[in-house]
Amino acid sequence: MREKSFFGRIDWLTILLWFILCLIGWFNIYAAVYDPEQPSIFSMETNYGKQSIYIFTALVIGFSILIIDAKFFISASPLIYIVVILLLILVLVIGRNVGGNQAWIPLGSFRLQPSEFGKLATCLLLASYLSTQTNKNPNIKTLFIGALIVLLPVALVMLQPDTGSALAFFALIFVFYREGYVGNTLLLLGGLAILLFISALLVNQWIIISILALVTGLLIYSIRKKRKYIINVGILFLACSVYVLCVDYAYEHILQSHQRNRIDVILGKIHDPRGEGYNLNQSKIAIGSGQLFGKGFLQGTQTKYKFVPEQSTDFIFCTIGEEWGFVGSIVLIGIYLTLLLRLVHIAERQRTAFARIYAYGVASILFFHFFINIGMTIGIVPVIGIPLPFISYGGSSLWSFTILLFILLCLDSGRKGLNG
Amino acid sequence: MNSFFARKFVIQGIFVTIAIIIAIRLFYIQVIDKSYLLSANNNVLRKVVVYPARGVVYDRNGKVLVQNEPVYDLLVTPIEAKEIDTALLCQLIDIDLEGFQTRIKKARSHSPYRPSIFEKQLSATTYAQLQEHLYKFRGFYVQNRTVRSYPDSIAPQLLGYIQEVNDKDIERSEGFYRPGDYIGASGIERSYEELLRGQRGVKNQMVDALNRPKGSFMDGQYDTLAVAGEGLVSTIDRDLQVLAEKLMKNKMGSVVAIEPATGEILTFVSAPSYDPNMMVGRQRGNNYMKLLRDETRPMFIRPIQASYPPGSVFKVVAALTAQQAGVIDEKTIFYCPGGYRYGGGRAIMRCTHVDGATSLVKSIQTSCNTYYGYTYARMIDSRGMSAPKAYDLWRAALGKFGLGRTLGIDLPGEKPGLIPTSDFYTKRYGNDKWRSGFNISLSIGQGEMGITPLQMANIMAIVANRGFYYRPHLVKAIGEKGIVKDEFKEKISAGVDAKYYEPVIEGMSRAVNIPGGTGYRVRVPGIEMCGKTGTAQNPHGENHAVFFAFAPRENPKIAIAVFVENAGYGGTWAGPIVNMLVEKYLKDTISLPQYIQDRIFNANFLPELQEKEEQQVSARTSHGEKPVGRSASEISATEPRRELYVHHSQLRKEHP
Repeated sequence: MREKSFFGRIDWLTILLWFILCLIGWFNIYAAVYDPEQPSIFSMETNYGKQSIYIFTALVIGFSILIIDAKFFISASPLIYIVVILLLILVLVIGRNVGGNQAWIPLGSFRLQPSEFGKLATCLLLASYLSTQTNKNPNIKTLFIGALIVLLPVALVMLQPDTGSALAFFALIFVFYREGYVGNTLLLLGGLAILLFISALLVNQWIIISILALVTGLLIYSIRKKRKYIINVGILFLACSVYVLCVDYAYEHILQSHQRNRIDVILGKIHDPRGEGYNLNQSKIAIGSGQLFGKGFLQGTQTKYKFVPEQSTDFIFCTIGEEWGFVGSIVLIGIYLTLLLRLVHIAERQRTAFARIYAYGVASILFFHFFINIGMTIGIVPVIGIPLPFISYGGSSLWSFTILLFILLCLDSGRKGLNG
Repeated sequence: MNSFFARKFVIQGIFVTIAIIIAIRLFYIQVIDKSYLLSANNNVLRKVVVYPARGVVYDRNGKVLVQNEPVYDLLVTPIEAKEIDTALLCQLIDIDLEGFQTRIKKARSHSPYRPSIFEKQLSATTYAQLQEHLYKFRGFYVQNRTVRSYPDSIAPQLLGYIQEVNDKDIERSEGFYRPGDYIGASGIERSYEELLRGQRGVKNQMVDALNRPKGSFMDGQYDTLAVAGEGLVSTIDRDLQVLAEKLMKNKMGSVVAIEPATGEILTFVSAPSYDPNMMVGRQRGNNYMKLLRDETRPMFIRPIQASYPPGSVFKVVAALTAQQAGVIDEKTIFYCPGGYRYGGGRAIMRCTHVDGATSLVKSIQTSCNTYYGYTYARMIDSRGMSAPKAYDLWRAALGKFGLGRTLGIDLPGEKPGLIPTSDFYTKRYGNDKWRSGFNISLSIGQGEMGITPLQMANIMAIVANRGFYYRPHLVKAIGEKGIVKDEFKEKISAGVDAKYYEPVIEGMSRAVNIPGGTGYRVRVPGIEMCGKTGTAQNPHGENHAVFFAFAPRENPKIAIAVFVENAGYGGTWAGPIVNMLVEKYLKDTISLPQYIQDRIFNANFLPELQEKEEQQVSARTSHGEKPVGRSASEISATEPRRELYVHHSQLRKEHP
């Protein structure tokens, strides 16, 4: 009875989606490294050879997790968090520098990337902490501690420096939003902040401030009878102005020049298809040349002849776009969207706050990766080097996302046995 | 479930919105915007230009004069040329680091994204060494092309050379040429450029991001083949040319030999010459400058660009035009007391001998100045019209012989020479009351007269043909079909009836074949050669030796003019050269005594360096002229009339 119900309670749809994504990944890694001049047989030396091992191991790890008692993750979350934090510190000391980022700990032939596991650990501890506070009304102290849990690994990852991975942690804002720590106003303010951020980079800050002043003036005029709101609007205007100036300062003095260039390229401020914009341009060309139905498996010329850099890792979507076209891309996006919505669905059916919060954490992080990774290959967000979950080549990335997902499935399968 | 349950819809909404945004963006770049597909093809496809082999040039007997040799151009796409082993590359193609930087800079200024030529014309051996390492040099690749090669190292001025196109050439060709292409710059390379260059082909090659070739696109469906340039059969006789160049070694001057029956130029020597192979390869620039600076001006095409007062040889034309004008006939006899008195007896144009009663035939045979003084006086003063008018009539008759105008040889840069108009003298003397005595030196081919060696040879061809000529030309057949240009088949009359030629030819024959004739020493055994010596007076130094002839008298095969600057008496220096060339051409032997041969071969009439001043004038047309053939023709059109520094008094020095 218990054995049967164990398998019955597992969310097989999610596992199916996960497995499909892994397979799509494997085929496209194969296509990305495929050399038409030497169509070699299957080899463990190649990326797709290694990836098949990673997928197999991920499968083992995933099902092992399903067997573990869900309570273990609640109690172990502080320990896991501490271990990962230590690893993040360790990587700064003994890590290997690859491509300007000190993000890897060499373990034999394998390289461990602790920042990938940082997201997992943060999700767990955040869920663990917030779930203890769930009976009270959301308050600023809880938000503060919760934010601290997120910001500590962010700071360490920034030191590597790996801005892309660090940004992924901010996706957890959805968790705070869902739990009521961040209100609609704040979400709107966040949107306003992003809008102002981009405007500040594109337009002279004084022009923006003048426009803001104009808008504020009109607003105050229209609500001139209500003094309380006038003060609020005034404060908002001041805050926006300071923010715009800060963004400009940060852009000029804090961002590294290559990051600045990447932002400039995406904003269209500099047109340089062979310099900083090379990756983006080539990536768009590869995807764009796929047309409606794609060029067919192994037929992509742009990816095959290595015009697109990092095509089996961060730019894996180029291969998909080029060889499978718009139709294939839409199928992939559909699978992702189904997975994300399924995760929200799973989250909402949890009885424990821990499981729900954790589920939202997983959904947020996957969403962020999905959006940023595909977005950068088609030029709607800056080029930030983060992998496409389950699809990009790489053991650390595949395993950490698999563990992230399967812990949720484990919690989900045990939801009846737990009482929240 | 808690109070914030509804927020799940907001989150789901955000997820769906983002997915839709991505889908719309994908739809735009994949389905609507086709430019990415084009860029993709640009990325992978490299259009490799396949350069056709330039047409080969043969001599009249099928021997190769110009052929092709493979060389390799190294190209660079600057944006891709990063992080390469500069030192190794420099070592392989033998340049220094500084040279590397300037080349890269130049290529970058041309275009960072498109390939430009980095180093031209690597030899096959250099290329072989480079090729092994080429994969290390990202952004560099090699393009195969051919350069010209000249197996006998002869005839540079007529064959011409090719050079890289300049901006003007590209503009003029309306896009046919691209930077880095070669174009015929002088000689027949230039005049037959459209035929020699052939048709470029294009190969569509697929390349990867590192510019490495990855096979042909669509199995070469869209490739076009290169079509090799047309071969040309030159009129030149290689063996004769080789001999003539040897004879003219260390001399300045020209040899032009024409086949009278066709106008085909058998030999075309401009001395001093140079090895045409100097204008090929990586040393070309240095060699070119060296040739430009050379005081003897080897790149000057003397047979068509230098003009000289022809001297006594002009008497042939004078005799013919005078007969046609009716001022003398075969029986006209003038008495020669050893000179021609004119200007009321105050001035004299001396003769070498006292010839006594002189007939037309004898006047040619002994080169009697007096006879032509009288003839010229009749021509100008006694035709029932004003002297200037009579002079212009005479000048027009000379024009029919091709004097004072270009003959239209298939070579760029031909000069017309100079026969002054009557206005010239009217202006000089202030009114039109001048008479024959005012420019009497014209009668014997001196004075303000300039004739090119080609025109001289053509006069001989006219005499040989008894009254007509074909346009002298250097290419007798084009391509495999052996097409002959129509303009070379057209018979052109010299305006003097055939009957008037006999006495002149008789005189020329006697000059060579009768003991005591001016050219007796250079007669050719077994062949009746008709010739005429000349000694073109040169006020600035030693006189120029001239000899021209045709042979045999009946059914002539060769008409020839030889001009040796600063060599002195025509019979001594130009004559033996004519002798050897004519005998070589007609009988394929040389019977002239060896010591005379050696004397000619070894003679050196090149000016000493300190004689720079004189030497420049000796070429006469040299002022303000570029030695590069291609620009010479443009100059000649606007060439100002020059004062020629000859005074009658100097004529006396001719035969002291």
